[in-house]
Amino acid sequence: MVEVSVSQRITSDDQLARLLQIGIVLEEVVEARAHHHYESLDAELDEEVETLLADAAEESAEHRARLEGLIEGLGVDSVPFDEIESLVDARYGRTQPDDFDGVLYDQLCNEETAYKFYDDLIEAIAGSDAEFSIDRAELLDTLEAIREEEAEGVSEVTEVMERR
Amino acid sequence: MNTADQYLKTIYVVQKQADGPASTGSIADALGVSPASANEMIGKLEERGLAEHEKYKGVRLTDDGIVKARDALQTYCIIERFLANVLAVEEFREEAHELEAVIDDTVAERLDTIIDRQPECPDCFDPETDACACLEVGAVPVEQD
Repeated sequence: MVEVSVSQRITSDDQLARLLQIGIVLEEVVEARAHHHYESLDAELDEEVETLLADAAEESAEHRARLEGLIEGLGVDSVPFDEIESLVDARYGRTQPDDFDGVLYDQLCNEETAYKFYDDLIEAIAGSDAEFSIDRAELLDTLEAIREEEAEGVSEVTEVMERR
Repeated sequence: MNTADQYLKTIYVVQKQADGPASTGSIADALGVSPASANEMIGKLEERGLAEHEKYKGVRLTDDGIVKARDALQTYCIIERFLANVLAVEEFREEAHELEAVIDDTVAERLDTIIDRQPECPDCFDPETDACACLEVGAVPVEQD
């Protein structure tokens, strides 16, 4: 697609920090939703789905910690997990999937959305000549590693969905 | 949101405010780009059947263009609402403009799961305040004493 540049570049530490915060919130949403799904599966135990959700929640918590490390380097506060969790709780009833297919589909959306977010973020950083107060190479390495794990997550969920 | 979507959203808001075609100048002003850049993108939107240019009058979105513009405006509202209500950003309008190009629709939809948006969105968007009229934070511009 041909684009005229309006504002596709990241120009400052503040803007970068805000985008990393959004990444943290996305991870928090994924973690909270996976946790809810995991709990809702108690009644009808399905080991494969349960393991998948537990791994997803763990991976999101780890991504969150890595993003927090980056925004700490920019001197900005993170986003408190409890607040996001209570927002997810408040809204959860309206969006809760009611079966395994729904749970897996929701998880697929989570992973795909996160992948898309990191992909766009990496592209925007790469297209920017701004100097950040954290090391650019380290920033990109971290985000690329997280993006790779999201891509793996998409394949894992897809594989389980196709097999069932 | 890609650049074409940013244009569609802007043309939609401007033509609604003008209650008629949007002039190239006002579109360029609203986006902070040169009239030449605006003309180039408007041409592309025309080729895609999303807008129609009326000589000496301005640009009008087609029905398809309006559908896409409303989706883009909704994404923009999600970003504003998310910044204002979840991250407590005071200058949420400015930041939403800065970030809209980097936030994809799918990402906005995920963020939408934790904000409380009204069903009438995006009709509640108020171009005067550049924000959703239902947004409690800063919906009314702060008046100086």
